[in-house]
Amino acid sequence: MSWIQAIFESLTSPLFYKLTILSALPLVFAAIGGVFTEKTGVVNIALEGIIKMGAFSSIAFTYATGNIWIGLLAGIISGMILAGIHAYFSIEWAANQIVSATAIIILAQGIVGFLMEPVFGQQGQSDFVSKIPNVRIDFIREIPFIGDIFGNISLFFYIAIGVIIGSWFLIYKTPLGLRMRAVGENPKAADTLGISVKGIRYFGVVMSGVMASLGGIYLALGDLGQFQEEMPAGKGFIALAAMILGNWNPIGAMWAALLFGASEAMNIQLQTLLELPSAAKALLNLLPFVLTLIVVGGFVGKTRPPAASGEPYEKE
Amino acid sequence: MASNIKNNKWMPFLVPLLAVVFSLVIAAIIIILIGENPITAYIEMFKGAVGSQLSWADNITKMTSLLLTGLAVGFGFRAGVFNIGAEGQMAVGGIMAVFVGINMGNVPAVIAIPLTLAAGIVGGAIWASIAGFLKAKTGAHEVISTIMLNWVAYHLSNYLVAGPLAVGQGVPKSPEIAQSAQLPPLITVQASTVPSGILIALVAAVIVYIILQKTTLGYELKAVGYNPYAAEYGGISISKNIVLTMGISGGLAGLAGAVEVMGVYHRIFGAFTGDRGFDGITIALIGQNNPIGIIFSAFLISSLRAGSNSMQSVGIPDDIVTIIQGIIILFVAGNRIIKTLIVKMQKNQKPSLEGGEDK
Repeated sequence: MSWIQAIFESLTSPLFYKLTILSALPLVFAAIGGVFTEKTGVVNIALEGIIKMGAFSSIAFTYATGNIWIGLLAGIISGMILAGIHAYFSIEWAANQIVSATAIIILAQGIVGFLMEPVFGQQGQSDFVSKIPNVRIDFIREIPFIGDIFGNISLFFYIAIGVIIGSWFLIYKTPLGLRMRAVGENPKAADTLGISVKGIRYFGVVMSGVMASLGGIYLALGDLGQFQEEMPAGKGFIALAAMILGNWNPIGAMWAALLFGASEAMNIQLQTLLELPSAAKALLNLLPFVLTLIVVGGFVGKTRPPAASGEPYEKE
Repeated sequence: MASNIKNNKWMPFLVPLLAVVFSLVIAAIIIILIGENPITAYIEMFKGAVGSQLSWADNITKMTSLLLTGLAVGFGFRAGVFNIGAEGQMAVGGIMAVFVGINMGNVPAVIAIPLTLAAGIVGGAIWASIAGFLKAKTGAHEVISTIMLNWVAYHLSNYLVAGPLAVGQGVPKSPEIAQSAQLPPLITVQASTVPSGILIALVAAVIVYIILQKTTLGYELKAVGYNPYAAEYGGISISKNIVLTMGISGGLAGLAGAVEVMGVYHRIFGAFTGDRGFDGITIALIGQNNPIGIIFSAFLISSLRAGSNSMQSVGIPDDIVTIIQGIIILFVAGNRIIKTLIVKMQKNQKPSLEGGEDK
């Protein structure tokens, strides 16, 4: 099969669109996490580490208790803790946020690597555990084409829809959202108005931990039913790019995540359809990263971050 | 908050030192939590790091590339750029060294070695400059772009060792570089050797020190790092300096890749960089981005890395070193915690404490 044929066949099959959505899911969660924290003025590039921690904890606790919902909860809590550490150092001690978040990434990698052997008895990957089930809706399944995409899809798809709409509403339509944006744009003015800058920032950063860990939980407990040490393989940083491309808006982040998801889906499809040697597969794996690089290089400056993003705030 | 922290000339040493001590204490607690004895663990680690001639050889070999990636990241920090991409630049440096090194069969070592080293430097410099160029032209944050370039470099080297450069069976790998392009051993200890790469790395540290402290270029780069707006007002081009900084920083990381290839493996395989680029971040931060300080912090981290292998023999996963590094970076980032602590201690027992004479 030629390249053109393979691309055409991908684009006309429902599987490609389903893969696009599924590949976008972890990015959507993490990118919206990035929106939450940066809206309040704290940069959190540790999404990568939080995704990994969320994925690991969700599988570890499911493995230990046999209950996927405890796994889900443990994953979220682990993300909140990691984000909380970043928040504490950034907010209370005016730490350099990029350096502090780098510490979180390295810490997450260390903790996960350290615990693989004691928890799962092996390095590299865990055993398989039961997954969070898909949602089957029969009347959607009967619709041609659409049914193949949405008829039997991960529960996380619906959680993501809820998160996208919910976070958009929270940030742009509620008093709390207004406070978040005020703190991220001009913390001094917000402080003068009696808004707790610290409190709002803690909320934003810890929410980014919840969101990013959901991305990791989807990868491990939602998609694969297994934890692999190389997870999430750069998705945390691609999510940051999606956040920027989406102009720090949950809905924009969704569209950007879908774009990156499409490049991943095309990569997967071409690798299956073209029966390539392993060397060429390695080259195809470059696709999502090169696309991210182009997007970050081409669109930054055309979108605008919150004005006080990355600046520690101290009362005078 | 800032006003009650006194200017203490020992601060630059105390902050990283205490960060290291705190992290070792926290790691000891973690070791207790998994039911092992931290004292035995640390003794094993010490033995593995400096306990025998063999461990010294291993340690110095590890230190070589770590010193160079530490310099790469530290140089970037001094000029206000966070080069988190030393990993990818090191990979590209190694790849370039292999491309040149395998073609040095008929070339004498005096020419082959400098040429292969130069290839590594140029490879890393160009790779990093992509991120520098994007930052200067469009404002793309170097953290995201260098991380993406890391992944591109990783898949690229996977492609090369599985395709165009592939030799032999088993683990995908490139052919060995020519004998004349390999770094001669400095000392041979039993079966293992200390390659002469350590001398190259030390010379690089001195050169970086001279660039930063004694040249106009260094002055401009530091000015941009300290306050870009003031620097620009003073007539320094920020764009030019960002590309230049990334170029030099990437060149150092590329040199790390070349030295690793020429001195240790003599070839590349998939992930031959082994997180050395990321270790460079810790090393730069502990060394307070000072080239001479980085020599010591590189030795500290190579000792931890070398020692962690022996710690595994008493049942402690070597990832404990990664945890230790994470905690060190966290405390260096939140250095005010440590500074506040030091100031408090000074107030309590003024005359006895080191640095107490400094009022």
